[in-house]
This record gives sequence, structure tokens and C-alpha cells, in this order.
Amino acid sequence: MSMKATAREVDGVTVIDISGRITLGETCQELRQLIRDYLAKGHKNLLLNLADVTYIDSSGIGELVSGFTAVNNQGGQMKLLNLTKKVHDLLQITKLLTVFDVHTDEATAIASFSKKATA
Amino acid sequence: MTADANAIEATLDSTLENVEVADEIALRMCALAGLEEEDQHKVEMAVHESMINAVRHGNKSDASKKVWLRFEIRDRRLEIHIRDEGTGFDETQIPDPLAPENLLKVSGRGIFLIRTFMDEFRIEHPNGSTEVILIKRLNPN
Repeated sequence: MSMKATAREVDGVTVIDISGRITLGETCQELRQLIRDYLAKGHKNLLLNLADVTYIDSSGIGELVSGFTAVNNQGGQMKLLNLTKKVHDLLQITKLLTVFDVHTDEATAIASFSKKATA
Repeated sequence: MTADANAIEATLDSTLENVEVADEIALRMCALAGLEEEDQHKVEMAVHESMINAVRHGNKSDASKKVWLRFEIRDRRLEIHIRDEGTGFDETQIPDPLAPENLLKVSGRGIFLIRTFMDEFRIEHPNGSTEVILIKRLNPN
């Protein structure tokens, strides 16, 4: 089982729809490369839709943190959308819900980037 | 791999592919033990993180080195042993992943998650190897 990711642009935000498992190995490397590639192309507002992520391990969590830091360091924002209960619980246990801006509605999430950008 | 009604043992090469094999065994034993889905996921994650530690840190990703696993259901608990050929680690030296200064670290959450998801966790060193023992208590019914 592997990870799949497709991206689309919505109002200046790159929404990346991710499905499958994010675990140590190839999938973590793919996610890291994906985020770095979008940053390199100047896409600094990233919204990761994790609705169809069935499993994430500690390495996958680490990759989310790594992406968050990389985007922040480039002056951008990386936010999370549609966490499954499993992923939500993991981020809660690890206190990362205090770090990530997490949304349950895509339109609201997109709007939150705009507000920040124009603030 | 050997198995009886309530126990299964496996000796696996130290590869990431075999982490998924261990995950599958864990899920099978969880189902046999009657654990609900949420607890099955917790045990699977604890086994997954323990296997990663065994493969990467214990056996240094040397595929020729083995990871031995035993899952057993007895006395209303699921007991899991995962043994590698490494020299072990000092738990007290693992930084607290919940400390504010560590929240944005990329790694260091594995042992914390294992402890959180299992009812008991301990480390032993039989014959110079390193073995983690994970226990999930089962409901009486």
C-alpha cells in the first residue's frame, strides 16, 4: 500500500489531496519531495487534505512537521484539512494540534490563508 | 513462522517490508483477541514503531540480522515480544517529545507512542540482544 497525492490550485492555495499510508520509507520521501518541489516553484500556501490517509506512523508525523517547518522558513503557510479520527488522535497525543492549523472545511481553510495574507 | 491457537512466532529479516508483515500479524492477533478497531490500531502502531526501532536502530538496517517476534494471548492479555540483535538503548536518554522545545523535531516520537498505546511496556536484554515486551489487557468479555 502506497501513498498517492494530487494537487490543485484554489484561490492561490495549493491543495494537495493525499491518500493511502504515510510511513517510513518511500512514502515519507515522496511527501518530503512533493512539498519541497512546490516550495521551489513558489507555491508557499499549502493545504494538505488528509481525508483519505488511512495510516500514518511516527515518521509520517515527522514528515508533516518537517514540511511545516520548511514552508514556514520560506515565509509560507502549511495547513491541514480533513483529518481522520486516527490522524487527529495522533496529532492530539503528540501535542501537534497546538502547532498545526487544522480545518474541517475546505472553503474555510482556503479563506484562512487569504485572511492571513491580507492581514 | 510457527503458530498455535493462541500464539504465533516469526523470525524476519531486518527490512522495511517486514515491518508491514509484522503489522499484519499484529492485526490478525488483535482480531483473534477480540480487540475493537480502535485498540487494534493502537496495537498495530505500537508493533509498527517497535519493528522500526528493531530494524533501523537495533539491527542497523542490516537485512541479514533478524527480528524475532512472538504474539501470545493468555491470561486476558495480548503479550508481544519483539527482539533484535542490537545492544539496546537507554530509555532515560530519549528526549520528551511533548516538551515545547521538541515539538517541532522530526523524530523521537516512536517510544512515546508505544508507551501511550500499550498498557505495559518494558525492555529486556536476553543474551546480549534487546527485547521489548508490549502488553494489552483484554476485556473479560
